[in-house]
Amino acid sequence: MKRKFKQFTEKLIEGLLLISGSLTSITVLLIVIFLFKEGLGLFTTSPMENKNVIVVNKLNPVEHLTAGQIKKIFDQEITNWKDLGGKNDTILLFTINDLSNYFSEEEIGENFEYLPEKLNSIVDSIPNLLAVYTDKYLVKELKGKIVKVDKNNIPDFILGREWFPTAEPAVQLGVLPLILGTLLVSIFAILFALPIGIATSIYMAEVANERVRKILKPIIELLAGIPSVVYGFFGLIVIVPLIHDTFNLPVGETALAGSIVLAIMALPTIITVSEDAIRNTPRSMKEASLALGANRWQTIHRVVLPYSMSGITAAAILGIGRAIGETMAVLMVTGNAAVMPHSLLQPVRTIPATIAAELGEAPQGGVHYQALFALGCILFILTLLINIWVEYVSSKQKFKK
Amino acid sequence: MNKIESKNVHLYYGDFHALKGISMSIQENTVTALIGPSGCGKSTYLRLFNRMNDLIDNVRIEGDILLDGRDIYKKNIGMRIDELRKKVGMVFQKPNPFPKTIFENVAYGLRVNGIDHRSFIEERVETSLRQAALWEEVKDKLKKSAFELSGGQQQRLCIARALAIEPSVLLMDEPASALDPISTSKIEELIYELKTKYTIIIVTHNMQQAGRVSDRTAFFYLGDLIEYDDTPVIFTNPKDIRTQSYVTGRFG
Ligand SMILES: Nc1ncnc2c1ncn2[C@@H]1O[C@H](COP(=O)(O)OP(=O)(O)OP(=O)(O)O)[C@@H](O)[C@H]1O
Ligand SMILES: [Mg+2]
Repeated sequence: MKRKFKQFTEKLIEGLLLISGSLTSITVLLIVIFLFKEGLGLFTTSPMENKNVIVVNKLNPVEHLTAGQIKKIFDQEITNWKDLGGKNDTILLFTINDLSNYFSEEEIGENFEYLPEKLNSIVDSIPNLLAVYTDKYLVKELKGKIVKVDKNNIPDFILGREWFPTAEPAVQLGVLPLILGTLLVSIFAILFALPIGIATSIYMAEVANERVRKILKPIIELLAGIPSVVYGFFGLIVIVPLIHDTFNLPVGETALAGSIVLAIMALPTIITVSEDAIRNTPRSMKEASLALGANRWQTIHRVVLPYSMSGITAAAILGIGRAIGETMAVLMVTGNAAVMPHSLLQPVRTIPATIAAELGEAPQGGVHYQALFALGCILFILTLLINIWVEYVSSKQKFKK
Repeated sequence: MNKIESKNVHLYYGDFHALKGISMSIQENTVTALIGPSGCGKSTYLRLFNRMNDLIDNVRIEGDILLDGRDIYKKNIGMRIDELRKKVGMVFQKPNPFPKTIFENVAYGLRVNGIDHRSFIEERVETSLRQAALWEEVKDKLKKSAFELSGGQQQRLCIARALAIEPSVLLMDEPASALDPISTSKIEELIYELKTKYTIIIVTHNMQQAGRVSDRTAFFYLGDLIEYDDTPVIFTNPKDIRTQSYVTGRFG
């Protein structure tokens, strides 16, 4: 009876462990699937918001336009049909706002009932017109021609340099500045954090005596537990003004500020993980080195560090992971300008900061909303790539030894 | 002249009195075996000769240890620690090669002592590996990781590594205890050959091994040196009853 019960509990525990294990895996999988489903949906939709259509004269040879071209036309950077593959003629832009220049209120009708016909006639009569209006004003026998707008596509999304997700009439979804911003901030964060982190971990594992270590260790662990908003405040109040004054900049909210804050945030992880790795170096190996006449620093440099290299690499991965995905603190100190970064002393915007700042205002299911999910996918792929890369590097290193 | 001399040496790990006034002299080009039951202080004593105990917190050492007539513990007037460790090599109980290539393992001691000359290092690596009877087995894979060797090969690599900086004294702490019988007999042969050039002190739990390889044997018991004499005397005609019962296997 007792044995039966024991067997039963063992089976039960085994089952529970199995369930929780598979549940976790399934959850992770579902999150990834959800992310990609929402994100990839973007590439089946058009960048035209609010069901806008572009209508031109029937004789106009231009068949389709990209979102980028539409923006340039509206910004008057493109003013001639020639630049779009058409005839040499200036582009006459027409939107609903220009209506009163062409027709009186009576002609349109009290409830805009004559508007579709009027729009139809204006498209028919002016050969160099480019009209933008919503598709509910389209008539059955269209005398003009609808210009197709290219769907959102992956190359334009990744290589595009303009991020205006709410622009009218066509949204601009180029995320290159955001990707580069993320990489810039994270890479410099790691460049700042790694040397300091490794130095600290060497100090704690090999140099400091037990008493100093007992004080330092909890402080560093405490550092890991501080919420990122607090780091953001710290950055905003201390680092941003410091950068502003030191470099004499118009604004202190820069990529540099983000990197420094991220570096501080990544330090505890880097220190704890690499300290453990360094501490794991067998005592016998250190003794062998010392017995051969090496001093303490030679021993650290030639034996301890090579031995703990894979652990230190793991620390670096975790640090980068933390830096790339970090949202709040970066949002607070980098200035959030979605422009191509040219220097560290310039405001930038990262992918997570963009998602956090804009998801609230993006209508669910809309182009903007989907674009943010696609950004999430990029972030996911980015971290995955970094992991694979570092894994590859560290495995190569092991082989070399 | 005595190669090594220890005069009334005491060692304390904190409050624990681990060595209780050890005096003994060791002649050049001899093999001395340290035997005794576990925990009696053999390793502690051995590690005094290259100051390995300095690494441990709360260790206190009293008395004098002389190498070639010079005190190795006295600051200022004594021998510097890096000089000492160049003269006194050590082989540990478990093979502990570095995570480096076979070549770099042997070259390590030269490099940390500031020798960069390539052909000199290559020559010395080969000589040391030959001395350790390992050259024929590894000459084609010097660039391979030392971890790819068997345990016995690793231990001979560690011996080669110690020999590369041309010490005059070799300390060995149970160098064959983690090895199979064939590797063990190889190490024993090696010790016999190395004796012509080196002064060797070896800790061992294996009575036959002590009998085979050593000229002199010291029996330790609870931190005391009980008896120190020519090896045949210790094994056939010891003066102390505790030595006798230990070497005949009645305790320890
Ligand atoms: N680092 C240390 N701190 C405190 N006590 C130690 C330390 N190292 C050794 N001791 C103690 O000193 C005594 C002698 O240890 P030692 O290692 O020299 O013994 P041993 O004769 O080599 O034993 P074994 O044959 O098991 O290797 C033991 O009682 C041990 O517990
Ligand atoms: Mg021992």
